Amino acid sequence: MTTVLERVRSGREAAGERWRGAPRWVRWALLVAVIAFFYALPNREFYQYLGPIPTPGANFTQVLFTVSIYVLLAVGLNIVVGFAGLLDLGYFGFFAVGAYTVAVLTSPSSNLKTLWPWLLVVPLAIGLTMLSGVMLGTPTLRLRGDYLAIVTLGFAEMIRIAAVSSEFLKGQRGFNQIPHPPGKYADGKPFFGVLDARPYYWLVLTLIILVVIGVRNLTHSRVGRAWISIREDEDAAQLMGVPTFKFKLWAFASGAAIAGLAGALFAGKQNFVNSQNFELLNSIIILAAVIFGGSGNIVGAIVGGGLVAYMIERFRGIELFGVELYEYRFLIFGLVLVVMMIFRPEGLIPNRRRAAEFKDRRKEVIVGE
Amino acid sequence: MLLEIEDVSLLYGRIQALHGISLTVAEGEIVALIGANGAGKSTTMRAISGIRPIATGSIRFEGEDISKLRADLRVRRGLCQAPEGRGIFPGMSVLENLDMGAYTRRDRAGIAEDLARVLDLFPRLAERRKQAGGTLSGGEQQMLAVGRALMSRPKLLLLDEPSMGLAPMLIQQIFDIIKEINEQGTTVLLVEQNAQQALARAHRAYVLETGKIVKTGTGAELLHDPAVKEAYLGVA
Repeated sequence: MTTVLERVRSGREAAGERWRGAPRWVRWALLVAVIAFFYALPNREFYQYLGPIPTPGANFTQVLFTVSIYVLLAVGLNIVVGFAGLLDLGYFGFFAVGAYTVAVLTSPSSNLKTLWPWLLVVPLAIGLTMLSGVMLGTPTLRLRGDYLAIVTLGFAEMIRIAAVSSEFLKGQRGFNQIPHPPGKYADGKPFFGVLDARPYYWLVLTLIILVVIGVRNLTHSRVGRAWISIREDEDAAQLMGVPTFKFKLWAFASGAAIAGLAGALFAGKQNFVNSQNFELLNSIIILAAVIFGGSGNIVGAIVGGGLVAYMIERFRGIELFGVELYEYRFLIFGLVLVVMMIFRPEGLIPNRRRAAEFKDRRKEVIVGE
Repeated sequence: MLLEIEDVSLLYGRIQALHGISLTVAEGEIVALIGANGAGKSTTMRAISGIRPIATGSIRFEGEDISKLRADLRVRRGLCQAPEGRGIFPGMSVLENLDMGAYTRRDRAGIAEDLARVLDLFPRLAERRKQAGGTLSGGEQQMLAVGRALMSRPKLLLLDEPSMGLAPMLIQQIFDIIKEINEQGTTVLLVEQNAQQALARAHRAYVLETGKIVKTGTGAELLHDPAVKEAYLGVA
């Protein structure tokens, strides 16, 4: 057992070494190939040759869109949890704020009847989620420990319950006819239609790439160093002159902004938003995805978000001994997480620092005993 | 006076940890704060560095009242603490840790100069510059914590238990380095349980008991004070 594990581990380390040691152009070529693969993926002409990858029980391009939204959310949550080390249990609440902002301001079923175009509302949705992040963070981020987790959990539930019961937010009936993103083909047909999910997926994919570039630049700057120092030892960070509260608030608000963007995209694609879209479980799934992938590592968050969202859909339509596997998806998901936490608590693709921190903490536990 | 603390008291919830402490540190001095476990030494440090808010009294640094100032702004004023229990960043390499020490500074040339000086003071750190902080030994982590604090080029260096958990050889070494740092022009306020070493090197010292200062004098005076001898130096 251990020897197999060891071999897997050393194999992965060798792969990592080879990646870091490879010449620049090889890495770029690989990166371009991967990105091209994901742009090509939703085309039937391409994915029908991929064997078991397409989902049998669901429209594959639809699934890809859902997966891409989860990846975007995982990248955003990774800033909060992975870089700054703040436990946010209600991340989906920000997603809801983004989606509802779009719904309220664009849908004809809204009481406001503003009927603004989608594109105009997107920056507003991002701004408003960011503001809600600041409002939530300002009182709680001054405190240490588990307060933030509890408050964020409460926040997500508050948003959901408001959505269910408030007349303004329409509850189960929801908002319909939310406009799609703009854009037309040469022949006048809209680029973002109802039937084809591919353009939405491409849009989200492009935004993911842009967001990742932004986040990467941020983490390699003074801001990133400040975040990492806060995560590793908040007292020490403060003693080094890092304004910890300010940077925690920054991480929290930028994470929220990305969730708001994802929510706006979701509303623009779905055309319809109601209170059932924002269950608490979703927040947990994204958090689990980030930790599963390797929190603190952007690639890890992408892989985690993608895998988790995809796996859940992949179970659809599979029967085992007369049991529909999809019904048990969260059970299986939970089991995978438990096994993962035992054998590889730092995630699939951990951050090198993060791995060292885990070791350090384990040492402390042993000393403490 | 570089640092003047007047009548400072501090509460942990309902428990009063400091009862009206007053002390001063003049420029160029090494001042030691000695006392038993739980006497309030580390709490005094936290009050000075701003990690814990004080209840009453005032803290003045270079004549300016900093009692209400945020901790990170105190660092910018030139007051830097090497935290107790080392408090290094375990996932960052030695160099990255040292770099964090210079977080408030922008003068690249000055930072490079100070880095060279710190690596000169602690050759062990130079050997392990690429290694993650968490993988260093206790002594090396202690050196890293002191070196990192120096990287902010503080006017006043606060050292909280620099000898904690170290082998006798290393304790000697750490104290020699503190002396050297002081001779290079940095004022040092030192909290120590190892009273013998601290008093031997400090210009002045304060004895802390249950949150109050009970005695003060030069290092040599206290070293030969019968009461101090009995209580802290293990000599009857």
